[in-house]
Amino acid sequence: MKRRKGTSDSLLTKAGGELDDRFKLAAPVRILFNKVFPDHWSFLLGEIALFSFILLLLSGTFLALFFEPSMVEVTYNGAYVPLQGIEMSRAYESSLDLSFEVRGGLFMRQMHHWATLLFMASILIHMLRIFFTGAFRAPRETNWMIGIILFWVGFFEGFFGYSLPDDGLSGTGLRIMEGMTASVPFIGPWASAALFRGQFPGTDVISMIYIIHVFIFPLILLALITVHIGLVFAQKHTQWPGPGRTEHNVIGFRMFPNYVMKQVGFMLFIWGVIAAMAGLFQINPIWLFGPYEVSVVSSASQPDFYVMYLDGLIRLFPAWEFRIPPYFTLPAVFWPAIAGMGLSVLLPLVYPALERRFTKDRAHHNLLQRPRDNPGRTSLGVMVVVFWVVGAVSGGNDVFAEKFDISLNAMTWAGRIGIVVLPIIAYYVTYRICLGLQQHDREVLAHGLETGILMRDPNGRFYEVHQPLAEPDEHGHTQIEYNGWVVPKKMNRVGALPPTDRGFFKSIEEPSDNGGAARDEIESGKH
Amino acid sequence: MSAHNDSARDEVAPVDLDDPKLTRFEVYKEGLRRDDIEIIHYEPRFPRPGTKAEKRMERIVSGLFLLSGLFATLFVAAFIWWPWEYEGAATWRDPQTWYTPVIGATLGFSLLFFALGVLTWAKKLLPIEELVQDRHDGGSSKDDRRIAESTVDTLVEDMGLRRRPFLVKSALLAAAPLGLAAVAPLGALLKDPGDMYTVTGWNAERYNDGEPIRLMMKDGALVRPDMVSAGGQITVYPAIDHGATNQFPTAPTLLIHLREADAETLRGNLYPMYQDVDAIWGNFVAYSKICTHVGCPASLYEQQSQRLLCPCHQSQFNVVDNAAPVFGPATRHLPMLPITVDDEGYFVATSDFLVPPGPAFWNRPSLPEEDEK
Repeated sequence: MKRRKGTSDSLLTKAGGELDDRFKLAAPVRILFNKVFPDHWSFLLGEIALFSFILLLLSGTFLALFFEPSMVEVTYNGAYVPLQGIEMSRAYESSLDLSFEVRGGLFMRQMHHWATLLFMASILIHMLRIFFTGAFRAPRETNWMIGIILFWVGFFEGFFGYSLPDDGLSGTGLRIMEGMTASVPFIGPWASAALFRGQFPGTDVISMIYIIHVFIFPLILLALITVHIGLVFAQKHTQWPGPGRTEHNVIGFRMFPNYVMKQVGFMLFIWGVIAAMAGLFQINPIWLFGPYEVSVVSSASQPDFYVMYLDGLIRLFPAWEFRIPPYFTLPAVFWPAIAGMGLSVLLPLVYPALERRFTKDRAHHNLLQRPRDNPGRTSLGVMVVVFWVVGAVSGGNDVFAEKFDISLNAMTWAGRIGIVVLPIIAYYVTYRICLGLQQHDREVLAHGLETGILMRDPNGRFYEVHQPLAEPDEHGHTQIEYNGWVVPKKMNRVGALPPTDRGFFKSIEEPSDNGGAARDEIESGKH
Repeated sequence: MSAHNDSARDEVAPVDLDDPKLTRFEVYKEGLRRDDIEIIHYEPRFPRPGTKAEKRMERIVSGLFLLSGLFATLFVAAFIWWPWEYEGAATWRDPQTWYTPVIGATLGFSLLFFALGVLTWAKKLLPIEELVQDRHDGGSSKDDRRIAESTVDTLVEDMGLRRRPFLVKSALLAAAPLGLAAVAPLGALLKDPGDMYTVTGWNAERYNDGEPIRLMMKDGALVRPDMVSAGGQITVYPAIDHGATNQFPTAPTLLIHLREADAETLRGNLYPMYQDVDAIWGNFVAYSKICTHVGCPASLYEQQSQRLLCPCHQSQFNVVDNAAPVFGPATRHLPMLPITVDDEGYFVATSDFLVPPGPAFWNRPSLPEEDEK
């Protein structure tokens, strides 16, 4: 770092000089430190995934020190009494040992699992933010596609991860995966035999998914995350429209110290939440499930939440099996599991290209859109979300049926009908809401804010006083173009009333004296 | 939309860095100018340094850091000294019950307090700032593109890619098998599925020298008719080596002792292929326990409605109608294991399942018997 004499600590200057002599850092470091970042809470959702991922690498490394991916049959003689003397795989035994006989092992296991759930959840929420604000549009389509791939790699990384302990629940998950694999036309049975080295469950699958889980997929995730963030950095972050903000600039604060301090604080915050959850909330108590046996399963066998929608689709899909006599069968599970998952990968990947094609919008967009301003896309997104939620709820329909005392078959039928009907209703309702919000924005721009003050004129007519946002013309109308900014909807947003959200535990709204000069100003907008 | 927003910045003249009168901040601003950054707003959070309010904020932040350090110390101490070893079912009074919550809470609080310290520092002590930077979106300049183009063209020309088509073709020709060679080792994973889906542990020829295979329970006890009361059911396995283990994933079978009336119904409904082999013995019927949907054990037996339910995806099978699917995503009945009782009074399977049990697979033959009702 090149510093002028006498302006910095001389030792620091000297060290900077030595570094610069060798690595020529002065200019790049300055550019990095000065880089301007736009600020909005919704830009931090992806970071939750990044910080969870770092914690996953750390806690996963700890777990790998103790876990043995072996399906060798052993007799349990560990500390957990109810399972003593039971035959199980070494993988399950070492997972139990991790939970009971390694100092802090249970804590680390739970931290790894909670961090995974947070990782996947934040990817989903982050993806919704990107989708609904149109941040995937040119020039950022590549990064959107990388994000989708990240989700799916994370999906399988998570699934393989919770399959490793070889407990009763995870074995059931693998069993279902085998059924799905074998349904694939032509290659299904061969793919299954390759994955399990013969017949399910065999004795090799744990070591197979172990190397995928601890090496191949983390490597892919790490590489993709690096590119993902690198592209955000190189292409510069999108920003919300607002005063002075254009497609050609970035308004915000500097990378150092402001942005980096907030990021570090946020990272520690996320880690703190996960650590506290790992200590206080139990997750995946594998010792209760027992070792995996092909003949044992219990009800309430649910996968982790991000797999649930797929499991729900499998539960809902009708018993349609196609037979091509005499040799071939296309099992019912093929449609929801293989075709459904394939579409769930493919459609999001190509969505930016589809939108480009149908809207013929080929321009670069660095300003975000408010979801209401693109009702078609927003409604489509809500439609997909509703479809996903119905699927996920159906993935736990046996639990819902039991807890709420509903017939299981009724739950299934509700899901079957709901997954077709509800997304359509959601599309329509969302579209109307978007249009309504748009209309209200225009109304406020033309007539002013609703003050909530009702007046009666001498003729007995009641009217609401409006506060115009600019000097009105003779009809009381203001000619303000809508330009994608947030339109103020409350008086305290335009400074006429103090903000209502002061105070930490409860709002402190300071009542203004209803009269005097302020009152005159409000009345001036009547029409 | 206006073009580049840099008209204002053009007015900011570059400063002469050799000017000895320049302040630190003026030099700093020259850096911003070179990075196409302009300050919109920049003021210290506390205009007068050293006020009470500023001191108070500093105290809060340092307090948060110290709290974080305290909890981190507690975490390390608890990690080392708190009794942690699991000694059977402990009550809430035993300290080891609290080991995981204590280390989780201390580490969590330590991280949270440090986070709050850093965040408060950033939000309450850093200057209030707003800057604008040029985005420079939309590709390189025309000159750069042209130069890049001719650079690539020169490379292509130097290598003679256009002039030596045969070279290129032969390279591509070699690359294809070379790529294949790179993935070929994965072929070591391939294994012929063979008859793994169709032959189960009940196959007497393969696993019991052709002798009929007896039914056993998980602990190895052979099964006699008097062991299951009417209306009851047990899970049985082939009485062979490791018959009750995961080595025979499609062998687990439910042996159900039907009540007389239910057995009568079943006898009336029995598929011809099961009639032909006399698949049920007395009021006893044996169904594959492996769901024909995706292979979970269809293990929940509802005596009243005579249904078997698979808890994974809720397929339901009618016990008194060949275990045909009546609800849910399963498409085929649970295959029946033909059983009888041998001379010594134990159940034996008279053959393997007549149709492959378990989930369907792509090359599962469509058997005409299955569609006979």
